[in-house]
Amino acid sequence: MGHVLSSGEKTLSETGASLGGGRIGMLDARIRIVVTMAFAITVVGLSQIPVLILALCVSLFLLTQSNLPARRTLKRMAMMDGFIFFMLGLMPFTTPGEAMFTVFGFPATWEGLFLAIEIGLTANAVVLAVLTLLGTLEPVALGHALYALKCPERLVHLLMFTIRYIEVLREEYLRLRTSMKMRCFQPRTNWHTYRSYGYLVGMMLVRAVERSERILGAMKCRGFTGRIILLEQFRLSRYDHIFATCAALVMLLLIGLELSHVFA
Amino acid sequence: MSLLELDKVSFAYPGHAPVLNEASLSLAPGERISITGPNGVGKSTLLRIIVGLLFPDRGQVKLDGKVCTSERDFTEMRRRVGMVFQDADDQLFCPTVAEDIAFGPLNLGKSRDEVLDIVNDVLTRLKLMHLRDRVTHKLSGGEKRLVTLATVLAMDPDVLLLDEPTNALDVENEARLVEILNGLPQAIILVTHNPQFRDKVAPKGYGLVAGQLQPV
Repeated sequence: MGHVLSSGEKTLSETGASLGGGRIGMLDARIRIVVTMAFAITVVGLSQIPVLILALCVSLFLLTQSNLPARRTLKRMAMMDGFIFFMLGLMPFTTPGEAMFTVFGFPATWEGLFLAIEIGLTANAVVLAVLTLLGTLEPVALGHALYALKCPERLVHLLMFTIRYIEVLREEYLRLRTSMKMRCFQPRTNWHTYRSYGYLVGMMLVRAVERSERILGAMKCRGFTGRIILLEQFRLSRYDHIFATCAALVMLLLIGLELSHVFA
Repeated sequence: MSLLELDKVSFAYPGHAPVLNEASLSLAPGERISITGPNGVGKSTLLRIIVGLLFPDRGQVKLDGKVCTSERDFTEMRRRVGMVFQDADDQLFCPTVAEDIAFGPLNLGKSRDEVLDIVNDVLTRLKLMHLRDRVTHKLSGGEKRLVTLATVLAMDPDVLLLDEPTNALDVENEARLVEILNGLPQAIILVTHNPQFRDKVAPKGYGLVAGQLQPV
């Protein structure tokens, strides 16, 4: 997904403090994860289009409360739409029901259209909430919060190691790439190019394995016995409680509206 | 009595000629020695054998006169002997400096509050407090080197093993490192190709020749 980041940007930003995150940034990381998950599950359960539009509005409101640049964030959301665009486009043709029009003898149905809109709204509302609530979190803080939420230790450590070494790997890749360029390598559609890229990837793998062994050695030298103890501890503030309560009320409202439509 | 002792240690990597051939070494508390020799002669291997990352084919590694054989013996060894690796990126694996320094003391079973005190204390002593919450991979080469030293000092070892510590250091940072090292009470085994640095930190030298340590 390198192309999602603008060219100047590093793969991971400096400690997230610089990300700010506005009012959202003041919230406890654990609350943000829990609320995001609850919101995602709630929204996925909704099926009424007006209620889904409301849910999307909630996500948009969250966006205004975080200090994220609105245009770039919406652009990222649109990138996700690119992935599901074809599925949505085909939906009217694959869902049985009342025909709107026909293309080459294939009927497009109203039911399919509504289903496509429903899925599109759901996906966008959830992704936007994730971008604003979790995307503003510093990666390290995310790891710590997941650990505090009793996420499996191994997965958390995997995340933390990724955070630490992704930049080292990227630099290694760029160094190898530069040294190839310095010797006039130009990618073309031929065996020489494929083989060279193979060598590049192979060399990165070999180096990564060797590095991991050296890291393990260094960790053992400092008393590592298989468990990494994390330093950070979290505390909830009054602000977190208020946010959690509001979020719960909003979700109940969404569910209530959904049910009133279903039973109406 | 010697604090650390290698007794006729031999070692060969599988399928290669022996790197160490009955090498012996003895280090008294507070003593400082340097080991020199051409590339690939086995200097780093020697250090890795001392901390039990590699096991000798023959010979013994002793701490306080007690022979170390099992992983448990070497856990104690690693608490007492702090190793600073050649490549700082291998050693600094936590996202932030404070966490990395805390890693060792936490492994030793210290409480969070104690550990935070240690972190602040070590950083203050090395005048690195401004790096406390920085992301480790964004540090400069010189800063990384000093932080790796801090991570080891946080465990309060009796011996420091320094593997090419002046790699990628500029003159200024090198002078800073000399100043810090000369202010420490620890015994030091220094592996370096840098003669000026050696003379300032650990003038007593051994050469690794034909798998044996000989006084220079």
